[in-house]
Amino acid sequence: MRIEVNGDPVDVKGQTLTAILEELGHADARVATAVNEEFVPITLRDQTALNEGDRLEIVAPRQGG
Amino acid sequence: MPTFYGKEIASRLMLGTAQYPSPAILADAFRRSRAGIATVSVRREAGSDRAGQDFWSLIRELGVAVLPNTAGCYSVKEAVTTAHMARELFETNWIKLELIGNADTLQPDPFALVEAAKILTGDGFEVFPYCTEDLVLCEKLVEAGCQVLMPWGAPIGTGLGLNNIYGLRSLRAHFPDLPLVVDAGLGLPSQAAHAMELGLDAILLNTAVAKAGDPAAMAEAFAKAIEAGALAHEADPMEPRDMAAPSTPLIGKAMLD
Repeated sequence: MRIEVNGDPVDVKGQTLTAILEELGHADARVATAVNEEFVPITLRDQTALNEGDRLEIVAPRQGG
Repeated sequence: MPTFYGKEIASRLMLGTAQYPSPAILADAFRRSRAGIATVSVRREAGSDRAGQDFWSLIRELGVAVLPNTAGCYSVKEAVTTAHMARELFETNWIKLELIGNADTLQPDPFALVEAAKILTGDGFEVFPYCTEDLVLCEKLVEAGCQVLMPWGAPIGTGLGLNNIYGLRSLRAHFPDLPLVVDAGLGLPSQAAHAMELGLDAILLNTAVAKAGDPAAMAEAFAKAIEAGALAHEADPMEPRDMAAPSTPLIGKAMLD
């Protein structure tokens, strides 16, 4: 299915957030996520299924002021 | 030394981590200034670049407390969601709540700020609001649960210093026991010393250090100025007066005329 990842269209095979993160190379990474502008904590990734057209945000620690 | 939400910090200097010429210079600035808190942010990460993972390692090596921000957020929802993501990433309830109301001045939206502070406090966050020196706003933030206030000195990144000294002095007088941090707008160590002389508790800097020709040296200069200003405040400065008053005693002066 095609979803939006950090603003870009991406085709993914996985259904759950956990599977999609792994597919996108974030399996062991320190990242946080939001689906359709709602925060999804790590504890809910296994049970969060994405649908066609969903918007996924993947963020990580970064420099800030 | 300042205590934020029950945690005492061994330095009055808080340093941002953005805009340094290199990670090594960033680390050097922290070492030389002995800053006790590092501000950080959350940004998009692609699986192929590991920028966030490398940055996380660097921050952990600094051995300082971490204060994540909600920089660049313009709505309550965006700021609250960012705060939740930051809490998970950085494993802290601390959040520097930045809610911008105007793109030119980057000044906080006071109405949205209070609303977001209430929500985040209810969600168990310990909120450090980036605010203006407006007394009524600050009262509302305290009512919303904030146990620290971070009024700007001047707009972010300008280096203009303390634009409203009266306002900061007034805040100090109204909140004698609340930690007050000047966040944003400073360019020179003398401005930081001035803020400390007014009795503020700490200074949060980024651009003034990161954009100096020698960031690590500037970080140390700020640390020294902050220490001097804080000591001067504790030493209870003299009252200024209009008329001159001789410091050398007149008694005992030889009559030579």
